Amino acid sequence: MVLKERYEIRWHGRGGQGAVTAAVLVAEAAIIDGHYAQSYPEFGAERRGAPVKAYTKVSLSPIYSRSPIIQPDIVVVLDPSIDKSIYLEGLKDDGMIIINSSKSDSEIKSVLGDKYKIAAIDATHIALDVLKAAIVNTAMVGALIKIVPLASLESVEKALHETFSKKVADLNTQIVKRSYELVRLIN
Amino acid sequence: MQSVLKVTWKRLPLSTNYAIAQAVKDADVDVVSAYPITPQTTVVERISELIANGELKAEMVHVESEHSAMSAAIGASAAGARAFTATSAQGLELMHELLHIASGMRLPIVMSVAARALSAPISIWGDYSDVMNTRDTSWVTLIASSAQEAYDSIIQAYRIAEDPRVFLPVMVAYDGFAMSHTYEPVLVSEASDAFKDYIPKEPKWYTLNPDRPITMGSLANPDWYYEFKYQQVVAMKNAYDVVVEADQEYGKRYERSYGIIEEDGTDDSDIVLLTYGGLYGTMKEAVGQLRRNGMKVGIARLRLFRPFPVQDITKLAEKVKAIAVLDRAITYGMSIAGPVAREIISSVYSEGLNTAVYSFIVGIGQRTVTEKDIQEIYTKARSMMESGERQKESIYWGVRE
Repeated sequence: MVLKERYEIRWHGRGGQGAVTAAVLVAEAAIIDGHYAQSYPEFGAERRGAPVKAYTKVSLSPIYSRSPIIQPDIVVVLDPSIDKSIYLEGLKDDGMIIINSSKSDSEIKSVLGDKYKIAAIDATHIALDVLKAAIVNTAMVGALIKIVPLASLESVEKALHETFSKKVADLNTQIVKRSYELVRLIN
Repeated sequence: MQSVLKVTWKRLPLSTNYAIAQAVKDADVDVVSAYPITPQTTVVERISELIANGELKAEMVHVESEHSAMSAAIGASAAGARAFTATSAQGLELMHELLHIASGMRLPIVMSVAARALSAPISIWGDYSDVMNTRDTSWVTLIASSAQEAYDSIIQAYRIAEDPRVFLPVMVAYDGFAMSHTYEPVLVSEASDAFKDYIPKEPKWYTLNPDRPITMGSLANPDWYYEFKYQQVVAMKNAYDVVVEADQEYGKRYERSYGIIEEDGTDDSDIVLLTYGGLYGTMKEAVGQLRRNGMKVGIARLRLFRPFPVQDITKLAEKVKAIAVLDRAITYGMSIAGPVAREIISSVYSEGLNTAVYSFIVGIGQRTVTEKDIQEIYTKARSMMESGERQKESIYWGVRE
């Protein structure tokens, strides 16, 4: 898949799931790959359990604009219990949804329709299996970079090791690789 | 062109706060004193880590308020140490008294300010109300628009502050949140001593030393106080050349420089939009679209707020018919309420120019400013210019009345 000039990604999770870390991680990995990237949280006070948004821009040329992402190319949904009106807001017509879900393809499609491209991964299952905790952010990163090659697996692994202790980084690398293998395009 | 020194850079994903912490390390600062405040906090958090893991040999002074943070920086600098602190918003306000003492005692302290709105009501979000309130404190004030520039400006700031023609504190400001918490690629020096010849550690300012006793910050009676203050006037005047030289020398050595006013497309345009800080990036992309559609509009960014670069503003004003200034702070009680717009009007007037200046207030308390806003501001400013209208009152863009 050839990267287009610029991607704007919006992340949706709840406080504690690591949406902000995931948004930064993809930017870090893209920068390590030599691309340009910008990442920022939805600025403000963060609270565990509250819906959280975070943003990543990845580009082949320098990014100057600091205006917020209003029409994302991709939304990554860490928590499917968030109302879809929140995460579909502004999504481009040819946009992509990458969703954490344990449901079947047809069940997901019955909720999200067939207007957008959809990729799904059971990130909670992978995170519980490896981390014994439902911190799904890195599984979503693995799914994202498989579907849209914004950053290489190697760079994500490197960024993980720069962010976390070796033990945590190794576990998360496992998660990223597994979701990279398991993510499926369903629409 | 051959660079003077071979510096190897590593390209890291950093927020502006982390880029500043990295610059403080690379400037080999001796004393850091700070009190946490959003959105500055991660600057000094990261510096604490750098000190704790031995990458920076410095004293970290944890204080109970920003008033004390600046006091400790003053004490350290007066003892000959290279001192640093960082703050935002109400923290900068609490320091205000000490800002005058630092400059009055001619101490080359460097401070980073993640610019933030002021209470009340409480807003933790970004604007430039805090920075603009320091207008008359006699601090040299740089405003950066990227994490890279913030890194480079901290290094340059020590060169400016410690120059004997200046001996004044320097503030490096940047957008709270929109820059402080945004990750982007930054080139930082691979070697920790890359800047040691650019900012050698030889304190030339007056310091407290028991072998050479002096008095600092003492009482000045009416027969001398005025002369002390006039020396600050002269130092601020000198600071302009020193800022220019520091930037040019940095460019020669490290191949990055910024100038006093960054401009784009101003040579073939009759109107220019001017701002400062991170908003310039958004403006660049918004106006880029307009120019691709054939519109003659330029953009400019003020990098130096104090001393105010009248000469550069004049050069810009001579090229165009109108300057629309996008300010992120309000001077209450003035009909033209943009602090930078006012300085530009004053510059244009004192140089006898006829350039129209239009004041737009935007991004207060981090109210979103999109490319579309900027394009609409351009349309508004152009219609004012074409009708020959003089502005009587600032336009409060997007406010609900």
